[in-house]
Amino acid sequence: MTISTAEPRTSSRPAVPSAVATTARVLGRRALQAAGVVLVVSTACFAIVQNLPGDIAFRIAAGRYGYDQVTAASADSVRAELGLDQPVWLQLMDWLAGLVSFDLGNSLVTGASVAGELGLHLASSLQLAAAALVLALIVGTTVGALAAARPGGLLDRLTTVWVSAARALPPFLLGLLLILLFSVHLGVLPAAGHGEANNIVLPAATLAVGLSGLFARVTRDAMAQIRQSDYVRFAATKGLGNWLVFLRHICRNTGVTLIAYVGVQVLVLIEGVVVVESLFAWPGLGHALVHAIFWRDIPMIQAAALALALMVVAMNTLVDLATAAVDPRPRHKEAVL
Amino acid sequence: MGWQKMRVAGASAVALLMIAGCAAGGNDAPAVTQPLRVVGQFEFHSLDPSTAGGFFTRLQVAETLVDADVQGVLQPGLAESWSASADGLSWTFALRPDALFHDGTAVTAEVAAAALTTAQGKAGTPLATVPLKAISAEGNAVRVELAEPFAPLPAVLAHTSTQILAPSSYGPDQAVTKVVGSGPYQVSHIEPPAKVELAAFEQWHGEKPDISEVTYQAVGRAESRALMAESGQADVTFGMDPSSLQKIRQAGKLDIAAVTLPRSILLKANSGHEILGDVQVRRALSLALDRESMATALLRDPEMAATQLFPPSLPDWHQASAKPLEHDPAAARKLLADAGWAPGSDGILERDGRKFTVTLRTFPDRPELPILATAIQAKLKELGIAVDVKVGNSSEIPAGHKDGSLELALYSRNYALVPDALVTLTDDFAPEGGDYGSMGWNDPALTSALHDLASGNDAGKAAESRGKVTDILQAQLPVIPVAWYRQSAVVSPRVDGVTLDPLERSWRLSDLAWKK
Repeated sequence: MTISTAEPRTSSRPAVPSAVATTARVLGRRALQAAGVVLVVSTACFAIVQNLPGDIAFRIAAGRYGYDQVTAASADSVRAELGLDQPVWLQLMDWLAGLVSFDLGNSLVTGASVAGELGLHLASSLQLAAAALVLALIVGTTVGALAAARPGGLLDRLTTVWVSAARALPPFLLGLLLILLFSVHLGVLPAAGHGEANNIVLPAATLAVGLSGLFARVTRDAMAQIRQSDYVRFAATKGLGNWLVFLRHICRNTGVTLIAYVGVQVLVLIEGVVVVESLFAWPGLGHALVHAIFWRDIPMIQAAALALALMVVAMNTLVDLATAAVDPRPRHKEAVL
Repeated sequence: MGWQKMRVAGASAVALLMIAGCAAGGNDAPAVTQPLRVVGQFEFHSLDPSTAGGFFTRLQVAETLVDADVQGVLQPGLAESWSASADGLSWTFALRPDALFHDGTAVTAEVAAAALTTAQGKAGTPLATVPLKAISAEGNAVRVELAEPFAPLPAVLAHTSTQILAPSSYGPDQAVTKVVGSGPYQVSHIEPPAKVELAAFEQWHGEKPDISEVTYQAVGRAESRALMAESGQADVTFGMDPSSLQKIRQAGKLDIAAVTLPRSILLKANSGHEILGDVQVRRALSLALDRESMATALLRDPEMAATQLFPPSLPDWHQASAKPLEHDPAAARKLLADAGWAPGSDGILERDGRKFTVTLRTFPDRPELPILATAIQAKLKELGIAVDVKVGNSSEIPAGHKDGSLELALYSRNYALVPDALVTLTDDFAPEGGDYGSMGWNDPALTSALHDLASGNDAGKAAESRGKVTDILQAQLPVIPVAWYRQSAVVSPRVDGVTLDPLERSWRLSDLAWKK
């Protein structure tokens, strides 16, 4: 969350003459930061892969030919074809040069374009994460809001149980339980797979259950606190209806807390996707990254790591934009500065 | 009032979501119009015949010149017939005249010769090891010239890396960009690495398959595959782990098809090693293994305990008369004591100050390998042998073989990748050793027996030569057999006619039928 703090504060302020200049300055700085991230992540990743145990050519050959047919002969042919006996620094330079021209290269194992493969996997993962997030937000905030309406009430206590239970269950176990219930016993949803519309329901639900508990908790605490605040009581005193108070004062203020929290959770969610993808045979980024590391598919590892790093930057930007849209205070602060 | 509305709205939203989820999945009532859903562990990462494994031949999309039946007997494939010249140096494979690729073009001798020439250039494929001189088209036949006689050539041309694809399969640089084969099924949609959809090929010359649409989905985890089978989401499920299979068998709702594969799990020993080079030590290791208990407890299949290297599913090579490998810890102790090994203060065997500690490498791609490795570790510990089990990548076995650092390795070996096991054995037990065979060991009698078989000079003595090979391997133990292998598939009640191919060449989908 530290990389991107300034930009949204400067956005959407055409009235202030220096706004454009400020935005340009911040964006310039951000671009430099992103370039730095790319350089550091690429080099670090490359160094780590080179230092992993095992002969890279043999690993790539195992990925290409499978365990029945990986032999010294196939490894030698891979080594010659890919120029793996070149000096390491030369290989790194090749990769960086490719990067400058936005060329991620081809997979060492499948031979397909890394950008194409990564795009497919990234899209699948994002689709799954987004579905889980929407589901978790709807369920979590609804339950949280209802619980906050009567702190200490039955629903509030049930929510506490739900939060603990949902967090205590590892996603892998939860996924298995959901498959047993909805696929094996009820037979209404597919157990695993990809490609049909209803394939996403169970993996998304598995991820959403854990998240929704957290969202419910955060929503409930924030709302309960805001309901007690002076401005809410003042709004009620001046005669605003329950709905208006809820929408204008409670929801909006809860949003500020919740959005920041969602930002952090989305990154955790991307990690959680790896386990769930493997259980449900979902061809996402986690799947691609695990295979790439196992096979020492260097361009694929580099590109996946870069995509994850840049996703952090993008996510932070989005969170800040959303916060700025909901909460006007920072913009005024910027004006003072 | 506002809160009540909120509650109602919230509850409706949740209910709606659940209904939407259920409704979307509620339409899988059995109907013959649906595709046959096949689920397995195999992903495909490349379309190239040399690296895609047998994937597209298993799905019957692509064909090879020569086919094989479930007994491993060679059958006509794209080639109707084949013959060799008297000196065994020139072979002719006459193509089936009516064969068409899925793009409508004819399968010509030129196309087949070009595909084989490409296959020959790929390292690590069986064709690359054949003493080839030239491959050419001659009328409607493919002519193969050899530098020296090689009797198993037709079997090599049944290997999946020699599949014949249409010219339209290749993009620039001869890279395979799509699979246009000539089999009974054609690819209608492909989503690497996990999903393929097939449709029956209308112009297929043979009998029209009863099942006209097939989807294949690769699923990495065995428990997920088992749940897909149990929930009816899969019609034919491959790659079941032993415990899931046992559970499904007990539930009794699904059929299970099984076949013993020509595949063995074996322990490769570095015979050039200062300790393992002693044949008495290798025999002691073999006697220490309780194969029956391992097969019963870990593979849940006592019959899979190996008594010799070749399973009964390789009838030409399996010797019913061979003295079975036994479990006899007392005899093992005696052999080790005779070889000069005595227990040290910590219970580990020692000789001239050198402790009996060895490293065993294996890999997790076949889930039973790591657990078998730890069982072997426990058994050898009882004798005072300290085994360090390293579970890593499969490639560490050929890599360790190459740099000489390998001591013990546990893996499974398929002896019928080429329908004639001779091709694999010649590689594995070459005098200089083989990545998945002997290491630092050679036996002139075995080499000459294999050479006689390959040259095909004395067909009358073939059985005798094969017997000799089995006997030598059983006595010398350059690789120590551990277990054989049974392949199982779980079959849904709506499908009929599943027979498994022990050669794992084809899933024979075109022979399946919907249950009437």
